[in-house]
Amino acid sequence: MPSAIEIQAVSKRYGALQALDDVSFRVEAGEFFALLGPNGAGKTTLISAMAGLSRPDSGSISIMGHDVVRDFRAARMSLGVVPQELVFDPFLSVRETLRFQSGYFGLTRNDDWIDELLFKLGLADKANVNLRALSGGMKRRVMVAQALVHRPPVMVLDEPTAGVDVELRQSLWAFVKELNEAGHTIVLTTHYLEEAETLCNRIAMLKRGKLVALESKDKLLQHGKEREVAFKLAAPLPDSLLPSKVREEDGRIVLKLADLSQLEGVLATLREADVRVRELNVVEVDLESVFVNMMHGERG
Amino acid sequence: MQGFLTLFRKELVRFWKVSFQTVAAPVLTALMYQLIFSHVLSRHAEAYPGVGYTAFLIPGLAMMSMAQNAFANSSSSLIQSKITGNIVFLLLPPLTALEFFAAYMLASIVRGLAVGAGVLVVTAWFGLPLPSHPLWALLFGLLGCGVLGTLGVIAGIWAEKFDQLAAFQNFLIMPLTFLSGVFYSINSLPPFWYAVSHVNPVFFMIDGFRYGFFGQADVSPWLSLSVVGGSFILLSGLALWLIKSGYKLRH
Repeated sequence: MPSAIEIQAVSKRYGALQALDDVSFRVEAGEFFALLGPNGAGKTTLISAMAGLSRPDSGSISIMGHDVVRDFRAARMSLGVVPQELVFDPFLSVRETLRFQSGYFGLTRNDDWIDELLFKLGLADKANVNLRALSGGMKRRVMVAQALVHRPPVMVLDEPTAGVDVELRQSLWAFVKELNEAGHTIVLTTHYLEEAETLCNRIAMLKRGKLVALESKDKLLQHGKEREVAFKLAAPLPDSLLPSKVREEDGRIVLKLADLSQLEGVLATLREADVRVRELNVVEVDLESVFVNMMHGERG
Repeated sequence: MQGFLTLFRKELVRFWKVSFQTVAAPVLTALMYQLIFSHVLSRHAEAYPGVGYTAFLIPGLAMMSMAQNAFANSSSSLIQSKITGNIVFLLLPPLTALEFFAAYMLASIVRGLAVGAGVLVVTAWFGLPLPSHPLWALLFGLLGCGVLGTLGVIAGIWAEKFDQLAAFQNFLIMPLTFLSGVFYSINSLPPFWYAVSHVNPVFFMIDGFRYGFFGQADVSPWLSLSVVGGSFILLSGLALWLIKSGYKLRH
């Protein structure tokens, strides 16, 4: 079985900006995959290249084994994209929008599936309402439905929950999870790292157009097995502990430990030196801190 | 094929939903021209033997309205989709360049013909004879709208802002359609303007269309057909190439 998405050595330059710099990775069928990175890292450019909305200067991309340039019809039939910008056709109602979108994909008599999408996305009572009259969150749901009219095996959501209320965010994720369980490959970009952490199995991180990490979520979190512990001390840090010190913030000294079992030794050293511990915090490892570390170039 | 049919239908729905503005308004404008010019110039010499000025004016006005509206249809639809961003819903599906082009171009022809038919109906009582060569008239109607609809596709893809499109419309389309012998026979022009008219493809559309009604015209309908048909083929090739290359649509 071909990979759901295969990206090979893709580079793209806009004037002086290197938007993508030799990016390669695969997403296997059935994965729930997150593409992370700060603004301007190249996430949307990469998604545009997958969807044929932009053309890489070099490299190639295939969707379900179909090259997005040479075999663009099959590639686009296999891909559903929810763009980041909230866009809609002000001339049409929700149902008209979905019927036309089905037609562009060569589908007629798609109403059963359209009804199911409307129902699952909570749009059933808005079917005949003009898009202009819908709230932002509702428009976003229509865009999700539009991306799914042709039942694509691969679905890409570009920051679908930016500016969307909590309730919709949750129902949207429940729906996307359901799709993933039914066998769809899902790729999402998001600014909410906890979303990537709870939903995705594998994560790629982009920074200034380069791939800086590509690992399973668990592995990525393990990079944080080295624990950071913040101490507030009554006296200066004993010299013997200075090598472990990574920084000082808000009057706290942050030490880096290979793992948490070393904490006992540190406490013993402090006791011997008669340095009282006023406060002690183990810095939680989450995707956010791994992400921040990487984006600050510790590993990148 | 289904993709083309769907986009074609959507383009028809788009202008038909606002037909008051897209069809009725240009028909009324043409009627105003007809009323004023035929009143002022009715005692003008006959344009052709046996063809009075009022009758002479009608096919030109109809063709001019058809051309302007065919251009407006594809160009304004594209620029609106580009500016609102919903063009993405046409770029994501597996539509070919030909399907994309044909849908916009043919919808422009339909709008052009609807406007043309409207103009003929409301102005016919000024003395328009039944067309002596209806097939010639229909052919020039179709091709003329096709040329301008294609030009509209090109302009809609090229323009990034409404004022760029307006410039295209006001500084190219308007002069071309007005300086095309709508209101006069070019045989009555001084030599310089006579020569200028001969490089204007819209002149040949109108002249050919007129031939369909009166059986006489300034130039041979075959010459007009080759100029208009040649323009259509050239511009269609250009439009298809632009769409295929992704010019200003796919970055």
